[in-house]
Amino acid sequence: MDIFAQQLVNGLVLGSIYALVALGYTMVYGILELINFAHGEVTMVGAMVALSVIGLLMGVAPELPGVVVVLAGILVAIPACMALAYTIEKIAYRPLRHAPRLAPLITAIGVSIILQNLAMLIWGRQYVSFPAILPSDKYALLGAQISLLQIVIVVLALLLMAGLWLLVERTRLGRAMRATAQSREVAELMGVNVDRVISATFVLGAAIAAIAGVMVSAYYGLAHYYMGFMLGLKAFSAAVLGGIGNLAGAMLGGLLLGVIEALGAGYIGDLTGGFLGSNYQDVFAFFVLIGVLVLRPSGLLGERVANRA
Amino acid sequence: MTAPLLSVHDLKVAYGGIHAVRGIDFEVGRGELVCLIGANGAGKSSTLKGLMGLVAHEGIIEFDGERLHHQATHAIVARGLALVPEGRGIFGRLTVAENLDMGAYTRRDRAGIRADLGRAFELFPRLAERRVQLAGTLSGGEQQMLAIARALMGRPRLLLLDEPSMGLAPLMVRKIYETIADIASEGVTLLLVEQNARLALKVSQRAYVMESGAVTLSGACAELANDPQVRAAYLGE
Ligand SMILES: Nc1ncnc2c1ncn2[C@@H]1O[C@H](COP(=O)(O)OP(=O)(O)OP(=O)(O)O)[C@@H](O)[C@H]1O
Ligand SMILES: [Mg+2]
Repeated sequence: MDIFAQQLVNGLVLGSIYALVALGYTMVYGILELINFAHGEVTMVGAMVALSVIGLLMGVAPELPGVVVVLAGILVAIPACMALAYTIEKIAYRPLRHAPRLAPLITAIGVSIILQNLAMLIWGRQYVSFPAILPSDKYALLGAQISLLQIVIVVLALLLMAGLWLLVERTRLGRAMRATAQSREVAELMGVNVDRVISATFVLGAAIAAIAGVMVSAYYGLAHYYMGFMLGLKAFSAAVLGGIGNLAGAMLGGLLLGVIEALGAGYIGDLTGGFLGSNYQDVFAFFVLIGVLVLRPSGLLGERVANRA
Repeated sequence: MTAPLLSVHDLKVAYGGIHAVRGIDFEVGRGELVCLIGANGAGKSSTLKGLMGLVAHEGIIEFDGERLHHQATHAIVARGLALVPEGRGIFGRLTVAENLDMGAYTRRDRAGIRADLGRAFELFPRLAERRVQLAGTLSGGEQQMLAIARALMGRPRLLLLDEPSMGLAPLMVRKIYETIADIASEGVTLLLVEQNARLALKVSQRAYVMESGAVTLSGACAELANDPQVRAAYLGE
């Protein structure tokens, strides 16, 4: 088996999940210039809610096919995350709309800690495992092995990204979002209810995050109240890599970060003469984050972030 | 006599301790073109922002017989007021066509919107040529045209213009003012804010003169243009 090809495949799968989560960071940043640190936790809640539903369904209707059960989990997780994000924005961020920028940022960190603790109270400190109810077919692809689940994750992620792209570029709501991102005041002057557009942005990002949360827990086979922290940081790094505030940037940054991380994990042993193992794969996200912040703070596709109107 | 379209009583706008507008009264009748002139910092823009609910304000604003009572800006826009802000407020990263679509945001009548888009392009052929271009790449004059065309896309009943001549070359200023006269002649009610009093007095029917947040003079433009005080202070004579 070809390590390079295999890690490339793994990286793209992971990267498409990062990209989905990164979209939520970047959309909110684009409009509010707020780094919504609670977004990682929203993703975690998506995974946890879905797993609860899955567990429940397996108990009451064991004859249901696994795919249906997981789908049901996703369909409950999506509105749950949407409601959660709507509430967070309304309670925690909206009252600070005109406060200095540091205030909502600190609040975001606070919200994220609250959500972690609530999740710990509800779902416990233990890892929750994702039951093995999905088909585990595997295929050979260019010297690598790819599972059905991996294929589904990548395809679904790409479809979601395309859908979001269409929404933002082609619909009335999308146009209002882009206008609001450029000037809240002028958007209001066009008759846009900016508060509603901001809510919609949070809710949309959360719906995507819910799906990403289920994907990541299905992929790793487990979920944990703390999983949103690392996932969130990586997705945020991906958003920064692509150019925060830029949708295409978040997609590109996510995929790229996934690949960097996977290749890094595949070769870190060789590179360090066995000193570091693949369990160090998490550091790559931070190398990338620091590298981007030092070398090109506006990211790959971003414009001058510093002096936006 | 029918009630004026807009009547403002004791409007006050303050930013912290700075009293930008200190209780002014004015009216705009249906189909009228009224201007508000005054020097830098007189409080003209603050007045318009107060009307649009963009800044905190006190006083009574009646539009078409109903009070605009601390409504959100988007709700005021839905009532039929539109502001072309100072500095134009173009969405630079949206195309010209998308900017115009934003102007029609509150409307749902697709056929009417399409017809008005055609009219806007007739009024400003330059915009038609550049419809797929990002608005940020337009010249200042073209951006001003776009800002006016965009406001008209909402079919406002009262159009507020904040210094449409600002920063434009004389030729472009003339073009913009010809268009303002055209728009007025089509029956749109306009409230025009200008530092360039000569231009404003020429195109408008009535004028209010603002100084340090208060209205100090008002009347028909023809009369004000002959007022020695106005001539000395605003017409440079
Ligand atoms: N956001 C603000 N915060 C504090 N003070 C403000 C603000 N906006 C305006 N001001 C002050 O309020 C006063 C009136 O300003 P305003 O912009 O209404 O004047 P203007 O007549 O439109 O002037 P110009 O012709 O220069 O546009 C000025 O003294 C200005 O400095
Ligand atoms: Mg002004």
